[in-house]
Amino acid sequence: MELSAQAISLQINDSIILQSLSTTINTGELVGLIGPNGAGKTSLLKILANLKQPDQGGCRLDGRSFSGISGKEFSQSIAYLEQGAPVYWPLQVRRLVELGRLPHLTPWSRLSALDNKMIEQAMQRAEVYHLKNRIVSTLSGGERLRVLLARIFATDPKIILADEPIAALDPYHQLHTMELFRQHCDNHGSAVVVMHDLNTAAKYCHRLILLDHGKIVIDGPPRDVLTPALLNQVYGIEAKVLDDDSDNLMVIPRSRSSDRVK
Amino acid sequence: MGPVYIDIAATIREWLASEKSLNVLILTEIRLPRALLACSVGATLGLAGAALQGLLRNPLAGPGLVGVSNCAALGAVIVLYFGFSGSVWFAVPLAGMIGAAVSVLLIFLLAGHNSSVMTLLLAGVAVNAVASSLISLALNFAPNPYAMSEMVFWLLGSISNRSFSDFYLAIPFMLTGWVMILSSGRFLNALSLGEETAQSLGFNLGWHRALLVIGVAVSVGAAVSVSGNIGFVGLVVPHLIRPFVNHEPGRLLATSALGGAILVLLADISVQLISPAQELKLGVITALVGGPFFLYLIIKTRNTLL
Repeated sequence: MELSAQAISLQINDSIILQSLSTTINTGELVGLIGPNGAGKTSLLKILANLKQPDQGGCRLDGRSFSGISGKEFSQSIAYLEQGAPVYWPLQVRRLVELGRLPHLTPWSRLSALDNKMIEQAMQRAEVYHLKNRIVSTLSGGERLRVLLARIFATDPKIILADEPIAALDPYHQLHTMELFRQHCDNHGSAVVVMHDLNTAAKYCHRLILLDHGKIVIDGPPRDVLTPALLNQVYGIEAKVLDDDSDNLMVIPRSRSSDRVK
Repeated sequence: MGPVYIDIAATIREWLASEKSLNVLILTEIRLPRALLACSVGATLGLAGAALQGLLRNPLAGPGLVGVSNCAALGAVIVLYFGFSGSVWFAVPLAGMIGAAVSVLLIFLLAGHNSSVMTLLLAGVAVNAVASSLISLALNFAPNPYAMSEMVFWLLGSISNRSFSDFYLAIPFMLTGWVMILSSGRFLNALSLGEETAQSLGFNLGWHRALLVIGVAVSVGAAVSVSGNIGFVGLVVPHLIRPFVNHEPGRLLATSALGGAILVLLADISVQLISPAQELKLGVITALVGGPFFLYLIIKTRNTLL
């Protein structure tokens, strides 16, 4: 499925959040949305998830305008992982993952055999099957996030939009989580992931979109985006970029630039 | 149970044979409506509490918190104040429901229809404060001691001396509210992952929120208008039941309704047993038992909650 934003602008009170921004997410792509705090990453993600309406411009799913897609179809195609991934009640893991089937249920119906199969598979994919009887509030941060990913997998969406999913995780769980996103994209899905860890972004994403002040500075493969000049311009940091020509690109921030004007 | 002993089996036989003995009258005109009211009012309060706690994702929410109870009470107090209650028998319940409806309108006007839960809650607290100050004002300027004691007794909450006509008047509204609330179980489950996630799971946030709040207002307004303020039921019942339904807000709804019905019925029976002569008000006993029990719950669960 192809998700595209066309010339979207967003203004909150008098500050401009997004400025005539366009991009397209293609099937199979894992796209990293990066940029400094306040660049408009979360707003863009929410607009793509149809949780927020832009002031100008609009989004399309496979060429169809969002307004022409029913809420049910939309929620079956696009899944959204909220920032901080909150869970408000101490729910059982399996019951939480079941919530992912809500977009597929008709009113008053019960979970079908297919639903149950999807739930079990989702838990296995996210490697949380062994946790299925645990209470969410007793899990570690990494386990909890994988449970929430299982909830998303249970929906079986084409596109996953995730807002800073790995920010609070240790390196092991960061890698694990990114692998799950990558797996989803390798299976003809696609994902947009907001992130701050440039090295992880470079390692897993096919494409990076670098946002600053509500505009796309550059949109391309990690090697084109993570250059010392652009990092200086956008983040205001002096960084060393190591590229060993294999699949590893490393960004080492060394100091703040002295000439950053904000 | 109660001042007069009745052989239940024998009386029901007489009733079915349409005999008009004293026992039949006591059973069908006094005790039956009272028991039915206890159950329906209790179910309403438990259900409303569970719905609001799920909606606000806050275990301390209750129908009292968003101002519905107090506005319903205010409506009734105004009627009692001006002495309309004597002229038409349904004046008090009607005014209570109008009060509840006004509170919901006010909350939505204050908060706007697409507002966050926080604004909704704050608007509720504001409406609540205004309603309780107006109740105090009415008590302050009560035209005569009789009107004042009538208002105070009514505010304390009781379902004694209610007839079938009270029940018939309130039940359609309570049922409407129940249906509106019970149809939102799945939405409440989805909401436990946050408002945006619920929306991304295909729920129209504004619609479901309105459905729940109006459902609570209609049913609680009707309940309060026949029973006065019966506190703590809406707060304590969902709390008690939550661990038994694995904290799932959707399953909590129907179970809390049942729990509330049982609790209020038991409370009403104990009120009649404890002091049949100088009647202890139902609202007093639920507050007396519910308050300390709630404190105990908070202390017990403060480290494990969430």
